[in-house]
This record gives sequence, C-alpha cells and structure tokens, in this order.
Amino acid sequence: MTLTIPALRARGARRHRPLGVSLAAAFLALVAATGLLAPLLAPHSPDATSLLDSLAPPGTAGHLLGTDSTGRDVLSRLMYGARLSLLAPLGVVLLSGLLGTAVGLLAARAGGWVDAVLARGMDIVFSFPSLLLAMLVVAVSGPGLAAPICVLAVSYTPFVGRVVRSVAIQEGARPYIEGYRVMGFGGFHVAVRHLLPNILPVLVAQSALSFGYALVDLASLSYLGLGVRPPDADWGSMISEAQSAVLQGEPWSGLVPGCAVLLTVVSVNVLAEHIGGSIGGKRSEGA
Amino acid sequence: MTGNTPADTGGSAVADGAARPVLRVTSLVKRFGDVTAVDGVSFDLMPGASLGIVGESGSGKTTTARVLAGLERPTSGTVELDGRVVAGPEAGRPAARGGTRGRVPGGGARRDRLWRASRLQMIFQDPYGSLDPRQTVARSVAEPMRLHAPGPAAGRRARVRELLDQVGLSERAGGSLPRDLSGGQRQRAAIARALAVRPRVLLLDEAVAALDVSIQAQILTLLDGLRRDTGISYVFVSHDLAVVRHVTETAIVMRHGRVVERGGTERILREPRHPYTRLLLDSIPSPDWDLDRVARDRRALDRL
Repeated sequence: MTLTIPALRARGARRHRPLGVSLAAAFLALVAATGLLAPLLAPHSPDATSLLDSLAPPGTAGHLLGTDSTGRDVLSRLMYGARLSLLAPLGVVLLSGLLGTAVGLLAARAGGWVDAVLARGMDIVFSFPSLLLAMLVVAVSGPGLAAPICVLAVSYTPFVGRVVRSVAIQEGARPYIEGYRVMGFGGFHVAVRHLLPNILPVLVAQSALSFGYALVDLASLSYLGLGVRPPDADWGSMISEAQSAVLQGEPWSGLVPGCAVLLTVVSVNVLAEHIGGSIGGKRSEGA
Repeated sequence: MTGNTPADTGGSAVADGAARPVLRVTSLVKRFGDVTAVDGVSFDLMPGASLGIVGESGSGKTTTARVLAGLERPTSGTVELDGRVVAGPEAGRPAARGGTRGRVPGGGARRDRLWRASRLQMIFQDPYGSLDPRQTVARSVAEPMRLHAPGPAAGRRARVRELLDQVGLSERAGGSLPRDLSGGQRQRAAIARALAVRPRVLLLDEAVAALDVSIQAQILTLLDGLRRDTGISYVFVSHDLAVVRHVTETAIVMRHGRVVERGGTERILREPRHPYTRLLLDSIPSPDWDLDRVARDRRALDRL
C-alpha cells in the first residue's frame, strides 16, 4: 500500500494534458468570453449598415474582419452571434441530456417490456433525420429558435439514452447496487442517488460530443433561414447572408463565420474526447 | 437462556424470538424457465444460530440466498422472517402461527421492504464491487441508518464510529474511499454497513471466498465475535468446507437445487452420509489425494 500510492502519484503527475486539449479549451473560453462581453468588446453595432463600406476585405481600417454585403462589421456580428451560436446548442445538449438520462435509466432499471418499448422508440427517433424533422416543425410553427431547439433535443435523446442505458445496465449489475436494494432502498433512490453519479462522467462526455452536432445542425437551420430571425446574428445565418457575396468572388464575410463554426465544433469534440478518455483510464485503473 | 423461556407471555420480541426460529424456509422452489435452480429447500434458523449452506457452483445455494434477500421471487414455497411471511403466496401477511404480532400496520411495498431489510442483511462475495466507489466508508455505513432510523446526524456519526470500531476499522479507514482499502478492509466495511440497521439475520454469500487465507481467518474470527456479542444469526453460503466448519454449527448440503444432507456441521464433515458430501470432502487437496478416485466417484454419482 505504502509503495503503490507514491507510484500512482508519480504516474498521475507525469500524465499532463495534451497541447491540443489546452488549445481547444482556451479557444472555447475565448469564444464564450467574447459572446458574453460583446457589447463591451464589439467595435460597431452588429446591425449598423453602411452600404458605402460593403464587402470590405479583412484588415480594412475600422473593420478588422471586413464587412458583409450591407456593410455590417463582421467582427461585431461574429461576437454577438457567438451568443446564440453557443447558447442554442447548449440548450439542445441540456434538454437531450435530461431526456436521454431519464429514458436510458428507466429502460435499464425497469427492464422487460418497458425496456423493449423504450429501446425501439429510441431506434425510431434515431433513424429519423433530425434536420428534416426540425424543418417540418419550423414550417408549422414559424421561424424562431425555440422549435428547432426542442426538435433537435428530442432527436438527440437516443444519442444519450442509448449510452446511458448500456452503461446503467453494466453498472447496475455490480453488487453495490443490489446491496442497496437489500438494504431496503427503493428503485428510484438507487437509480438517481447511486447509479446516476457513478455513470455521470460517461454522460458528460457523450453530451459534450452532441454539442458539436447540435451547433452544426442549428447553423444549417439558420443557413436555410429557419433559425434566428434577421437581423439577429448567429453564425449560420451569417454564412447564409454571405452566399451571394461568395458567388461574386468576395468570400470573406462567409469564410469568417464558417471558420468560427469549424473551430468551435472541433474544439468541443477534442475536449469531449479528452474527458471521455481520461474517465475511461480512471475506470480501468480503479478496477 | 435456560430458565428464561417465557413462551406464554409473548412480551418482548427477544423473548418471543427465542422460542421460535428467526428464519424459516419451507419447500422453497425457484425456476428460471426450464431450469429448476432451487427444488424444495426447507430449513429453520434459530436466533443466535449459524447455518451453513454448502454446495458447488450451480448447486442452487446462491439462488437460495438471493431469494432470502428478496432479490428473487420464489416460484413456490415460503420464507418466514421473524414470524412473518416475506416471500411466497401470502407474502406480507403475518404467518399463521405468529398470530397478529408480526403484522406491520399499514402495509405497502415500501414498508414491507424496510421491514425485511431491518431484519435481514446480506454480505456479498465481491468486496471490490459491494461498496459505492464514490462514497467514503463512513458515508456508506451511515446511509442505511438514514433510511431506517432518521434522526440527528451527530447520533449517526457516533454510531458509525462505534460500528467501524466493532469491525476493527480505524477512523482513518472510515474516511477513505473503497478503492484505497484492501479486500479485507472492504469486507469489514460491508459488515459494518450490514450491522448498521441491527438485523437479526446476516446472510453471507461466499463472504470470504475472494480474500487471502490469512485475511479469511481474521474475518471469520470477527464474525464469530460479532455473533457472540450481538446474538445475530448467520446463514453462511459457501463452497469451502473448512470455512463452514469454522463458523457454523449446523449445515445443509445442496446438489442440483436439493438438500442432500443436513445435520451438525462437525458430524457432516467427520462422517458424511450422502455420497455427494463425501465427494466434496474428497475433492479437497490433501497429501493422499486421489484425483482418479474423485473423478470415478463423480461419474458414479451422476449416474444415480
């Protein structure tokens, strides 16, 4: 015992964070900060048009990242756009995480026909294209972000629910869970107070992974004109508005928000994978 | 206990319990599909007594234990705990013999569960998996107390210290997570947790099988002492005849779900009557061990 503990510590100290993960975390922190502090940091109003200055390339005096086809400052719109572009996927992740956890835990603990029905239900939702579903619902409810967020949350539920179910079944077979039943605890208490905390790391990693998908899907919806209402900015609608300029050979106003989406999604996925990986390592170490 | 058997007064639960078995299993049957795992097992366990259930893997001893603990429902037969049927066709009602004394007013699934749990607790084989990896040992021990006897936290802390002390764990060990403890320490923690609700019966399913021999001896000595001090009863499920000899007075031998031999543990080990018991004894490695004879006997037994 006295020998193994220092050995473990030394190994833990030597295992430092990869550079990519630090970069991803730093980038996400930067994006979140600029979104949060947009009114203080943005050089211009995101909606102020100036047709004389339209389609200025990046580096133009006063417009660091250039302007779009109506002369709005791209940097300012990018900063304000970060708010919706990050908050909306976060909403999807939280909602689908909540739903998926409930469905997955219920399926795993109830078993029998409940499990069969929920598992088939998740398969059906999983096989239905989420973007198409979102478009249908938006067509009925009109544009705005609430409907797409809800629809995407439902269609991402199986993504979380399946993982929660399989991990909960695995973890639930361990004797400490049965021990709680012998102690007289009810199924709900055992599932929520003991099973859930022990599978939480897996849940967090899986949810973080779905953040990237949600961001891309919501950007696609905005690109299609089904997300935010103009003139509000989010990155998807910025790409959409830059379309005609790109065709005219002025790609900047579309490339900048495109890069923002790309870098954010990559960063989130790198971070999610790191979280999942370090948990996996800890688990096998403990066993 | 002599000279103090007020069977007719029926006053305190202890005096009442002394007169009748604390656990009575009658014609217990458990089937999984076509497989009959437990086939007509019956036994009585008196307060303060210790009964061994011996058999190889697949003999139905673990399934029996799981039915007793309420983790499986019996296909037929009854389990009567402290004068009340807890499993069987009339589960939840007081046993016919016990009159109304065993009845829990109000009933309800939660009440039944708590009633059973407060009288029977179980120790599992795997000390690595039987504690919540996220909880310190002290919190694990306190948890069933919170459920069964809600009260001030200070009183609970004192009781946890007392329990940890009783099973030979330091306060420091109480503050540790299970992964920082050795197998023997974890099993001590599991025992402390089981004792927290002051059960009348402790069910030990291969409780020392995963431990080193020297640690096994320590845990068995601890169990002996606890029984002497608290008057708790044990049902000790094991494949290990030497272990069963150490902690039980009576034993049943199970094979293919049936009880093939029963009686005093010493007698069973010294002069086994059933060929299967003899085979189990012959299977223990010893200087004059004859593997061929063991295999021959097993074939002969399977032909019966």
